[in-house]
Amino acid sequence: MSADVVVASGGLDCHLLSGCGFPAPGAEIFMFDEIASFTIGNLEFGITKVTVLLFLCVFLILGFFIYAFRSPKLVPRGAQNVGEMGYLFIRDGISRDIIGKDGDRFVPYLMSFFFLVWLSNFMGIVPFAQIPVTSIFAIPVAFALIVYVTWVPLGVYKQGFGGYFKGMLFPPGVPKAMYVLLTPLEFLSNLIVRPATHAIRLFANMFAGHLLIATFSIAAFYLLSASVIGILGSAASFTVAVALTGFEALIQFLQAYIFTLLTAVYISGALHQEH
Amino acid sequence: MSLLAEVTGSIGSIGYGLAAIGPGVGIGIIFGQGVQAIARQPEAYGVIRQNMILGFALAEALALIGFVAPFVFGV
Repeated sequence: MSADVVVASGGLDCHLLSGCGFPAPGAEIFMFDEIASFTIGNLEFGITKVTVLLFLCVFLILGFFIYAFRSPKLVPRGAQNVGEMGYLFIRDGISRDIIGKDGDRFVPYLMSFFFLVWLSNFMGIVPFAQIPVTSIFAIPVAFALIVYVTWVPLGVYKQGFGGYFKGMLFPPGVPKAMYVLLTPLEFLSNLIVRPATHAIRLFANMFAGHLLIATFSIAAFYLLSASVIGILGSAASFTVAVALTGFEALIQFLQAYIFTLLTAVYISGALHQEH
Repeated sequence: MSLLAEVTGSIGSIGYGLAAIGPGVGIGIIFGQGVQAIARQPEAYGVIRQNMILGFALAEALALIGFVAPFVFGV
């Protein structure tokens, strides 16, 4: 873990036998000092490390795909190969399976989300970056909001306002009396809980993962002292921290995949009438 | 009012432990049945895996809400 985290939660002199308790990391490790700030109108913008990393992710993805497809060949080579692999993964693995053939128009949309979310998650295990961009709640909320304002108008456009909301709130094949119970529940689960969990799932995974790695890294530092138990405990904590980093790499990919999968499910529900 | 019993300390962690029971059972069932389904019908692997991950994501969200709640509502 970066040194500022260790310092922030106890200082360099805090060790096992020096009499201070374990400086467990909390939500404060997700708060960064402003690098710069500016005002436009009444809005204040504070630029922190996370903002910089987010823009870095955007430019890396833009740069890579522009480079990969700058002059596409029929027989792909080098970077174009990798870019096409990413494209086919989203098209065949997510879009065609979930939405179907008419989902091909949404592949660029899904692909942007997948790679942006994956790379912003991945920043959590990049040395010196070491903060998953998506572990700041505002960012997954923005992602989920973009998805939300895509599929609701899309459903209204494709199925008509009445037809869409009738299909969503009054699912067919249910006894009439059940609608008293079912309609409020469907409204809540489709229009409120759905976007909320879409954002919270991504955020909480990254938040929890980062906190876990930080806890074990700080434990490795804290336990390091001139005693057998201190050295063994420190080595064990460090090993766990390294293992968790590998585990996080898996979770980061999985969460980006799940985010995109759910986006495809929502779009599919807007395009086709539910049966 | 006299207190008969009191719990002090890190109550949030107990709360998270309780919140993780349900999703833990749920995720176990999802992956157990998913692996069974793949073993019975290996050619349907793609569809089964996708639905497995979808169900896993929905069940996992509950555990994660439990994880975040103590941070949101304080101690």
